[in-house]
Amino acid sequence: MGLQVNGKTLDTDEEGYLSNLSDWEPEVAQVMAEADECDLTENHWEVINFLRSYYEEYQIAPAVRVLTKAIGKKLGKDKGNSRYLYQLYPYGPAKQACKYAGLPKPTGCV
Amino acid sequence: MSAGPRKKLMYLNRRAPGGTIYAVEGLEVVLIGAAFDQDVCMAFVGDGVYQLKAGQDTSDSGVKNFSPAYRALGDYDVNRLYVERESLEERGLGVDDLMPLTWEDEDDDWAEKPSIHVVDRAELARLIDAQDVVFNF
Amino acid sequence: MTVLHTVNKSPFEKDSLDTCIAHALDGSTVLLIEDGVYAATRGTVVEPRVRDAMQRMNFYVLANDCKARGLGEDTLIDGIGRVDYGGFVDLVTGHDSVQSWL
Repeated sequence: MGLQVNGKTLDTDEEGYLSNLSDWEPEVAQVMAEADECDLTENHWEVINFLRSYYEEYQIAPAVRVLTKAIGKKLGKDKGNSRYLYQLYPYGPAKQACKYAGLPKPTGCV
Repeated sequence: MSAGPRKKLMYLNRRAPGGTIYAVEGLEVVLIGAAFDQDVCMAFVGDGVYQLKAGQDTSDSGVKNFSPAYRALGDYDVNRLYVERESLEERGLGVDDLMPLTWEDEDDDWAEKPSIHVVDRAELARLIDAQDVVFNF
Repeated sequence: MTVLHTVNKSPFEKDSLDTCIAHALDGSTVLLIEDGVYAATRGTVVEPRVRDAMQRMNFYVLANDCKARGLGEDTLIDGIGRVDYGGFVDLVTGHDSVQSWL
């Protein structure tokens, strides 16, 4: 499997997650979102950027519960709840947003 | 997921971080298991204490450095990490050689508290005895 | 005939290092790699055995594996040489044979 971005083919796994974290660029998220018919707003990017910096610091993709708590602490209670995050990412905030952010599938997601 | 009373679970880590996959797989199980909202603690015995060594840097080794993930344990409500004093001493280590791991206490205005507790072998034996389940890695 | 011995197991978990030391001739070289590098740190219960062996043999560690485990240069026993991958290759080519104590 591969993902066409800016004329390059990036390796992905069978579920569409990037094989190499370092292949990521913002267009990766755009292309993935278009395939899901999802318009990326600033609110979407906020979560994507948060996930990328979380991964940078801890080398893991956080579980939904952890993501929700951490977003609430950083961006405020109105965003740190699963209702808000599922509105942005109906396929599951950790799963869908992590994919757009180029991270591996979150630990604990089956 | 809260069927039945919370169980006391201990993840007992005995292996060095590299060399084998026990440490990284064990950590993964802890992170996955954290979703079940049980009474969880970790213990570090023998070469397991090396998992918490500060300053691990695999940039010259071509393998992933997973030691930063231990710093996320507090986010996963894994707040008690017991490190055996004798194991540290046998390896010429003290608590200052370990990563300073903390957790934030929601009930105490998010105060940062240390997660690592150095305990002696006899005390660890009592802690192991007090668990409902011990997972050995 | 000079032999390069490599040890890749923790001295606290396996007897690879002790077996190596017991069977290596005087004047041979011991290179500690992977979890074997823990034997090179000061203040451990293994240190006296390593120091004793250093009277008869040359000891080296693979610096890359020390760095991965958070073992700084200042934590190593004095007199143990540090090599990188290139130095590892030089040690291999500089000896007649290699014994890996797994």
